[in-house]
Amino acid sequence: MAILDGKVPGGTIEQIWDDHKFHMKLVNPANKRKHKVIVVGTGLAGASAAASLGELGYNVSAFCVHESPRRAHSVAAQGGINSAKNYKNDGDSVYRLFYDTVKGGDFRAREANVYRLAQVSTQIIDHCVAQGVPLAREYGGLLSNRSFGGAQVSRTFYARGQTGQQLLIGAYQAMMRQVDKGQVKLFNRREMLDLVVVNGQARGIVVRNLATGAIESHEADAVILATGGYSNVFFLSTNAMACAVTGAWRAYKRGAYFANPCFTQIHPTCIPVSGELQSKLTLMSESLRNDGRVWVPKTKGDKRPANQIPDSERDYYLERVYPSFGNLAPRDVASRQAKYRVDEGLGVGPTGKAVYLDFRDAIQRLGKKAVQEKYGNLFEMYEKITGENPYETPMRMYPAPHYTMGGLWVDYNLMSNIPGLFVAGEANFSDHGANRLGASALMQGLADGYFVVPYTISNYIASTKIEKVATTHDAFKEAENNVRAQITQLMGIKGNRSVDSFHKQLGHIMWEYCGMARNEKGLTAALTEIPKLRDEFWQNVRIPGDANYVNTELEKANRVADFLEQGELMCLDALERKESCGGHFRDEYQTPDGEAMRDDANFCHVAAWEWGGTANKKPTRHTEELKFENVKLATRSYK
Amino acid sequence: MGGTHSQNINLKLKVWRQKSAKDQGAFVEYDAPNVSTDASFLEMLDQVNEKLVQAGQEPIVFDHDCREGICGSCGFMINGNAHGPQKHTTVCQLHMRQFKDGETLVLEPWRAKAFPVIKDLMVDREAFDRVIKSGGYISVDTGNAQDANNIPVPKPDADEAFASATCIGCGACVASCKNASAMLFVGAKVSHLALLPQGQVERAERVHRMVTQMDAEGFGACTTTGACSAACPKGISLSNIARMNRELLVGTLTKKEAAEGDGI
Repeated sequence: MAILDGKVPGGTIEQIWDDHKFHMKLVNPANKRKHKVIVVGTGLAGASAAASLGELGYNVSAFCVHESPRRAHSVAAQGGINSAKNYKNDGDSVYRLFYDTVKGGDFRAREANVYRLAQVSTQIIDHCVAQGVPLAREYGGLLSNRSFGGAQVSRTFYARGQTGQQLLIGAYQAMMRQVDKGQVKLFNRREMLDLVVVNGQARGIVVRNLATGAIESHEADAVILATGGYSNVFFLSTNAMACAVTGAWRAYKRGAYFANPCFTQIHPTCIPVSGELQSKLTLMSESLRNDGRVWVPKTKGDKRPANQIPDSERDYYLERVYPSFGNLAPRDVASRQAKYRVDEGLGVGPTGKAVYLDFRDAIQRLGKKAVQEKYGNLFEMYEKITGENPYETPMRMYPAPHYTMGGLWVDYNLMSNIPGLFVAGEANFSDHGANRLGASALMQGLADGYFVVPYTISNYIASTKIEKVATTHDAFKEAENNVRAQITQLMGIKGNRSVDSFHKQLGHIMWEYCGMARNEKGLTAALTEIPKLRDEFWQNVRIPGDANYVNTELEKANRVADFLEQGELMCLDALERKESCGGHFRDEYQTPDGEAMRDDANFCHVAAWEWGGTANKKPTRHTEELKFENVKLATRSYK
Repeated sequence: MGGTHSQNINLKLKVWRQKSAKDQGAFVEYDAPNVSTDASFLEMLDQVNEKLVQAGQEPIVFDHDCREGICGSCGFMINGNAHGPQKHTTVCQLHMRQFKDGETLVLEPWRAKAFPVIKDLMVDREAFDRVIKSGGYISVDTGNAQDANNIPVPKPDADEAFASATCIGCGACVASCKNASAMLFVGAKVSHLALLPQGQVERAERVHRMVTQMDAEGFGACTTTGACSAACPKGISLSNIARMNRELLVGTLTKKEAAEGDGI
């Protein structure tokens, strides 16, 4: 076990990034074109990094699993993006955004990273507007803001319920401009299946061309992974179907450390599960909690239609328990409270696993038209899925896996412990600690891609001896053989069960034992069940068809094979973190009123795991100490 | 969900199966028994595919990802309608309560020269990316921007630009057009950027380049029947095509004037 160094430069928190930018080495403009950078993933972090590096003059190769980079899952983010603009004159500042984010993350993020995130948040909005991103505006023509969970200021910029889509299209168009100029080369329908490390440096990737089945090698001077999060380990989540841990996991198996895998976010407002055949869950933006009120009946088994239950018999439990934040309590807190109500038998709807999110009062106060203007598309989506009209009857909501704060360990420069391997966006672990605040994911993805990685990559390239490497190098051959061998093995099993059936079973284990609440007994059980399931997968999975062309079952099998390993690491991490913090809630460590109880004496650190060499060998737990010199360690309270 | 009204129905499917771009392809019939009306259309296909896999057969291939109607991956024809019968709905958001017990549904890929079939219901829409690459952006490098509130944008313009920008690039417009025209897709992007002050500098050049690329991809001409807009899951308005034509005309004239002014 080693103590990791986050390599945060010295200085006061306000000055660190500016000083660091000055001290970092630069690559001469004429030399940039001699350097190649691989970007894996074209969501907000990947597309913005590819665009910015292309603008700087690097030769960029961008890879996405989709047919088009515009389809990356960032597109689905609804609510908004935070920025410390203080356009509302309501007391916001870079320091307050920094403070809120550190506190919201329950003191498990690196202070200097979070401060930098808050600093560049203002540039992000400027840049996106310049790109033509049509953010919401007031009648005077200036930008509009709204408040979001966990904050008492209105700092969230938005584009109706489609903020992610609009920001992604902005980044995608910026990247396509570089494709047009020949600075970025686009490789679509490619899935990264291995990282190539030469002389200890990340020098390339091996991908499978999903349209032809071909295995291809690509070399570069540095590799950026922007491959998103791993919520799909739960099978049912709000993530898109192709979201996977595979890119990050294959890097982990080549030596990159995986940090805080147990820090997962269960989003409080999602449409509840309806049946076994359901393929995914749909989130309803947190912005709905600005005007919607969350409640359950006060009496168990109250089966009256919601509208017939009078106010006196409703428990608006978030307003009751957290009078100062009310319905805007942070996600982990709101989710846990919903779980408590359902566990108490007060849940609503056919399954009893839901709470109400009610717009009756907002419609009375603001009028139906104003509510429609704000949330129209979300209400429509709800009605399409459930067949119920939320203008007339309250929405039914239940928490669902949504975002993963954990990810590959990176230092202040967003570089992993493998030199030359950078990790951006949700795929890294750095900024959100144990719980992410609403409207912070889009901010972090774009901060990393537009404003951080382009600087730190230049520094790496300028200060590192990087020898010429071709894809004929043995390390590439070895990685290709590794990928081919796994595919051959998977195709050769010819068992009796579909990939999905394994994925669903894993999802049940994860949700049961490593979901909203965890305990030693459950986690220990999961650590026996997962390896068993993994063994069965490798003996009994059935993948029809041919590996040498489009094979969607093979694609899923590659991803589920990784989830079957990563799920185990999540449970191990959750077991060893003997405290509750943010989204990681251990039943054994709670205050008398059911709030998370941190153990700062023993767990004020990042846990970064090192692959043991095989799936059945225990990985090594390294730590990075977290120091809170600006935001003082305190118990989080939203009461 | 909708729990109270949920029921199970039985359907027959006639699905276009095509092994590869070179294969000829044909319809194959499948039973889809016991489909919950709460399931989405793609979940119904998941159910059919699970059975095919169990039987050692290749599942029906279709593009899909977010299943929330926003990524634009999914889309095929159901009984001749792009994304099926429900207005303003992608096939992933289409739910089985829209269908009746005993119905036969015919599933076909988008048919357009510019969208070759890759496999079954999966087509290649890279032509759209190449059109965006040809000017569908505002040229601003990272780090150059002034304060976002320095240029006020009238709310009606911002809202209209947003409405055009909500296009998800699914290709339903092309698939629904008898000429396989991409004018709604291209018009939406031209409008989005032409309506904003930030998009003015490149306005004439942008529309010219994008239309040239659109033609080069083999998309057909527009005869303003409005089939595209009617099929669009995001309700992109036909007025985007009118604006694109106007932009092209004005752009061509101003370019000519500028050229003459330079004494060329």
